[in-house]
Amino acid sequence: MRHTISVLVENEFGVLSRIAGLFSGRGFNIESLCVAETLDPTISTMTIVTNGNDAILEQILKQLNKLINVIKVIDFQGLDYVSREMVLVKVHADEKTREELLRMTEIFRGKIIDVSLKTYTIMITGDEEKIKAFLNLIKPLGIKELVRTGPIAMIRGDKTIKASEKHSKGGEDGKNVL
Amino acid sequence: MKKTGAQIFIESLRMEGVDTIFCYPGGATLYITDALYYASDIKQIIVRHEQGAVHASDGYSRASGKVGVSLVTSGPGATNTVTGIATAYMDSIPLVIFSCQVNTMLIGNDAFQEADIIGITRPCTKHSYLVRDVNDLARIIKEAFYIARSGRPGPVLVDIPKDVSANIGEFKYTDKVSIRSYKPTYIGHAGQIKKAIKLIASSKRPVLYTGGGIISSGASAELLKFAEKLSIPVTNTLMGLGGFPGNHPLFLGMLGMHGTYAANMAITESDVVIAVGARFDDRATGKVDEFAAHAKIIHVDIDPTSISKNIKVDIPIVGDSRHVLKKMLDFIEEDKEDTKDYPASISEWTKQTKKWQKEYPLTYLKDGTLKPQYVIEKIFELTKGKAIIATEVGQNQMWTAQFYKFLKPRSILTSGGLGTMGYGFPASIGAQVAFPDKLVINMAGDGSIQMNIQELATAVQFNLPVKVVILNNRYLGMVRQWQELFYEKRYNWTQMDHAPDFVKLAEAYGAAGYRIEKEDEVETVLKEAFQNGRPTLIDVRINPDESVYPMVPAGAPLSEMLLV
Repeated sequence: MRHTISVLVENEFGVLSRIAGLFSGRGFNIESLCVAETLDPTISTMTIVTNGNDAILEQILKQLNKLINVIKVIDFQGLDYVSREMVLVKVHADEKTREELLRMTEIFRGKIIDVSLKTYTIMITGDEEKIKAFLNLIKPLGIKELVRTGPIAMIRGDKTIKASEKHSKGGEDGKNVL
Repeated sequence: MKKTGAQIFIESLRMEGVDTIFCYPGGATLYITDALYYASDIKQIIVRHEQGAVHASDGYSRASGKVGVSLVTSGPGATNTVTGIATAYMDSIPLVIFSCQVNTMLIGNDAFQEADIIGITRPCTKHSYLVRDVNDLARIIKEAFYIARSGRPGPVLVDIPKDVSANIGEFKYTDKVSIRSYKPTYIGHAGQIKKAIKLIASSKRPVLYTGGGIISSGASAELLKFAEKLSIPVTNTLMGLGGFPGNHPLFLGMLGMHGTYAANMAITESDVVIAVGARFDDRATGKVDEFAAHAKIIHVDIDPTSISKNIKVDIPIVGDSRHVLKKMLDFIEEDKEDTKDYPASISEWTKQTKKWQKEYPLTYLKDGTLKPQYVIEKIFELTKGKAIIATEVGQNQMWTAQFYKFLKPRSILTSGGLGTMGYGFPASIGAQVAFPDKLVINMAGDGSIQMNIQELATAVQFNLPVKVVILNNRYLGMVRQWQELFYEKRYNWTQMDHAPDFVKLAEAYGAAGYRIEKEDEVETVLKEAFQNGRPTLIDVRINPDESVYPMVPAGAPLSEMLLV
């Protein structure tokens, strides 16, 4: 089963390799990993997508918690959360397909962020399904290159994940906003 | 106060109460080596190989309960420590390993004697630090010692670049450590502990399965009290030996691959297993699906990752073994109702375990040849169980675990988790440094001893009268045993007929050497060797065909033991 995990870590050099090393050393799988500083510059968030059964996930969570630099581990399973990833895609664009690409990008609330005589570079954000759907649609037009981030995730509502507090389950506020 | 990095290093060690370091010099250690020239209060044991330094500090730690400290140079010095670090990591031994590093400006430049030791040791350290600024050095050392000894103990590596040891910085040693991301749990959950007592009280066939956690948390007195109060039989893992008196009537012996019949059957037939400070290692459990298949499992461990990793646990209790056992005893005292029928209600069970012990004791064929088990029994008799015994790995280790009755915690030093050949001899040197007046014996094989035999020079240089008993069968015995049982006696690679003359070798190093070839020589030679006050090798020519029994073949359930 697929799981999205958020890990708050000390923002120090070498921490990423400790996390990655833990996964590879114990035979756990990382599907994607996003890392960046948080509001507090001494803390970074890592959003990790992994897969495995309950026993494997339990070990992953416990082993992550055991690392000295890990402040907090949150498994989003069972929580109400939002998750987004971003894709940059360079597509073949000639006179015949430009219109079509522009329209589709608009429908998917994406942006064309670079144009050349033969290509468009489109930025699109969303959950995995949306991105998959968009890529399927433009595939016939000729994708030349594609780069995507893994997902990042956050609990819905006013609940926050803080280094100092135990968090509770997410609220219902604004559930239907995007 | 302004000091050089090297001076800060020494002052920090003093603040931590470190009186001994095991070390080996090199270019990158020179500032520290030089500063230590004036530090006569810190014993500096210069070894002959960095692996020896770490094993020695590990032996020092296991015997004394203090944090073991070693110091080595960059590059090859640091990489030579890896086996020692991994050994300590697997057995949760608190060590601080200081590796020196090339100048900060050179790091990452493939400089002479540079190795990314933080990267190399990351999977086998509890934590590690690269010190980039001399002003961080004291804080990092404080944290390193704190992390090494707290929670589930383990080795911590601190990498000190040469310029950091030369630079001038502020020396301020804080009293307290606070790491927001590291807060070990010592206190077991009261509700869970009560639940555990209720479960034990309702059981008819309980067994205590205890491991190294009893030793590291100092819980052996509580364990003894608890077991005696309810009259529950006890089995130890290899790491747990000495945590419960080896000659106690409730003691079933070690369990697992080479465990006793009684211990393995007790686990198999039990209805409640009370696992304390043990982690269900595959060498202890045998086939996992059939391990205590009819039992509910209570698991006390300070490390949550150990819980439900191999075996599904019914009542997990995260906490320090000593605290939890103490709490259990308190609760039993407070509410006598629960256990009022104990121990009478399990008397059938205790009778059964005694019967197993009587019917299938640890034994060996007495056929007139020189048997290793006999040698170990004699050593126990002569030392009355008061020696500190180190072992290497293999048959020597298992025979020692079976036939020497460990009466007190910290009396066996053995590489349980990693199974490191070459561990025992340097570890015994470390133990002897910690306890100069105690008898320290290393039970070795002729294969293992050759892995770190160079440390004989260290023992001689520092007048450490360690006794190495080589159970010499001219084989890598344990591998030979597997070849005999499972590979139709194709003894490929395991014949050690090109070993040196160990007696002459000992003498060449300036140590004493003895040889024993017959049973009737054992007692007199051992007696003399134990009293000669010198580092000593005793080459005991045992029957080369002897194997370790009982044995549970790999992957088989504990109940399927091959007996003698």
